[in-house]
Amino acid sequence: MTIAEMEKPNERGLQKVAANERLTFFGLTLPYLLMVTALIVIPVGWLFYLSFIGRDGSLSFENYERMMKSKAYIRIFLTTFKISILTTIICAAIGYPLAYFMSQLSRKWANICMIGVLIPFWTSLLVRTYAWLVLLQKKGLLNNMAIEMGLISEPIKIVHNTTGTLIGMVHIMLPFLILPLYANMRAIDKDTLKAASSLGATPTRAFWTVFFPLSLPGLLAGLLIVFVLCLGFYVTPAILGGGRVIMAAMKISSNIELYFSWGAASALGVVLLVVTGIILFIASKLVSMDQLGNR
Amino acid sequence: MSFLNKNVSETQIRLKDRLWLYIFSYLILFLLIVPSLVVIPMSFSASQYLEFPPKEWSLRWYENYFFAWKVENGFNDWMQATWTSLKVAILTIFVATPIGTMAAYGLVNSNSRLGKILFPIFISPMMVPIILVAIGLFYFFVQFKLVGSIIGLVLGHSLVAMPLVLIIVFSALKNYDMNQEKVARSLGATRFRAFREITLPQIKFSIISASLIAFLTSFDEIIISLFVAGGDNSTITRSMFLALRDQIDPTIAAISTILIVISSGLLIIIQLIGNKENKKD
Repeated sequence: MTIAEMEKPNERGLQKVAANERLTFFGLTLPYLLMVTALIVIPVGWLFYLSFIGRDGSLSFENYERMMKSKAYIRIFLTTFKISILTTIICAAIGYPLAYFMSQLSRKWANICMIGVLIPFWTSLLVRTYAWLVLLQKKGLLNNMAIEMGLISEPIKIVHNTTGTLIGMVHIMLPFLILPLYANMRAIDKDTLKAASSLGATPTRAFWTVFFPLSLPGLLAGLLIVFVLCLGFYVTPAILGGGRVIMAAMKISSNIELYFSWGAASALGVVLLVVTGIILFIASKLVSMDQLGNR
Repeated sequence: MSFLNKNVSETQIRLKDRLWLYIFSYLILFLLIVPSLVVIPMSFSASQYLEFPPKEWSLRWYENYFFAWKVENGFNDWMQATWTSLKVAILTIFVATPIGTMAAYGLVNSNSRLGKILFPIFISPMMVPIILVAIGLFYFFVQFKLVGSIIGLVLGHSLVAMPLVLIIVFSALKNYDMNQEKVARSLGATRFRAFREITLPQIKFSIISASLIAFLTSFDEIIISLFVAGGDNSTITRSMFLALRDQIDPTIAAISTILIVISSGLLIIIQLIGNKENKKD
């Protein structure tokens, strides 16, 4: 026994207790860890492996090569990115002013407006998609109203195409943009704006040089969440796109349901996962993970 | 019109200069809420064409939903799908809530290095594209003959509900002073007793909200259900999706109305719980 140990006779015991504590806390997370490992890590890992198995059962890049050469796949990639980028931009253009507006209201009024954002957030995705289908169809409410008002003479086609898909997706994604953005804007110290004003900045200048830069982390978090969710979107484009808008997730699904082609589906899934992963990695460098989880 | 000259911002902007923002914002809020509600009047229409506003009213689509076996060629599995969805959602509460709560408790108390490694893994079900999770589960469940079973659905839905439970309970525990538990333990309580008698009563509202959200997540889940459910165990969202792909059946308007009532009811309960908890602080 060294002198130091003699001076602190409990040291070892305490260390042991502390180690036990740590083990207990880790143990509490084990069921969760087990679920995620068994139901995500292993299955997705297995798909990853399948994506490198060719038709003859040997290891090959066949699935990826076919994907890169096929015009159909390239079109699907382009559609996926086009729809995702457009949805994200439209959400930002609509969501930023709304979040700003809410952040300027008193808490009470902001909470009332917040209900307006949360109701669609918690209404079933399928219900909202169905509602848009009803509204936008040829004999739907929107066409009828436009005809009655004399804006158009013939009903126009706004569903079962890109337009319909975009309308539905923006409606579904908007809350995902507004929630982190609003939280960020609320946290901005309003005295900074007063300071800018008292130093002679016009309201416009105060907004662009003080408020806007401070709101960027929230905006960025919102944009990235929306974009990532759009990339993997399935239900809304499947219903509102009417078979004309084919996004990556739909192709994965049809590869399995119709062609039982696990290799092709897995390869496409892996590409989707890698793109998502890269975006989320950049996101985690730009904004803290807590903010991303804050929905 | 003096109210137009009222200041509405720290930078002395008057209301009339900002009227466009007010009008724009209320318009967007209107567009966020109202489109989903349009299915409610539709569901009471007598016509099988979706005309708005309906010319005649009836309850036939609700009858179709509740008593479809009376209809000759209609779907007759709406009720069965609803029961499956309810069963799965309730079981999901009992799987996702305890697992998520335990993990949140463990994460809050463990050192930050372990947390940094585990947290991204734990929220991965929210981050990995859900279609990939779904086909992965499908492949996995085929090996264990879990496709089309209640257990398979509960496992899949718990997987997507757990991160939400984790985040809600985690943030509740972060605002909670863990020293209270230490006090109880120094007075001789075991860790479990300290948790049950000191911590649990103070975070119970968060746990209740988390379990309601787990219920709603499961009840609304579509994509995992599309792959994992099947046979006699189709969920309501799966049946709706498959029906929507083929035709616009007004029965879906009736079901949608019921779903809106359920989810807004739960949302109101969650908000009330939140208010109660805020008042307590």
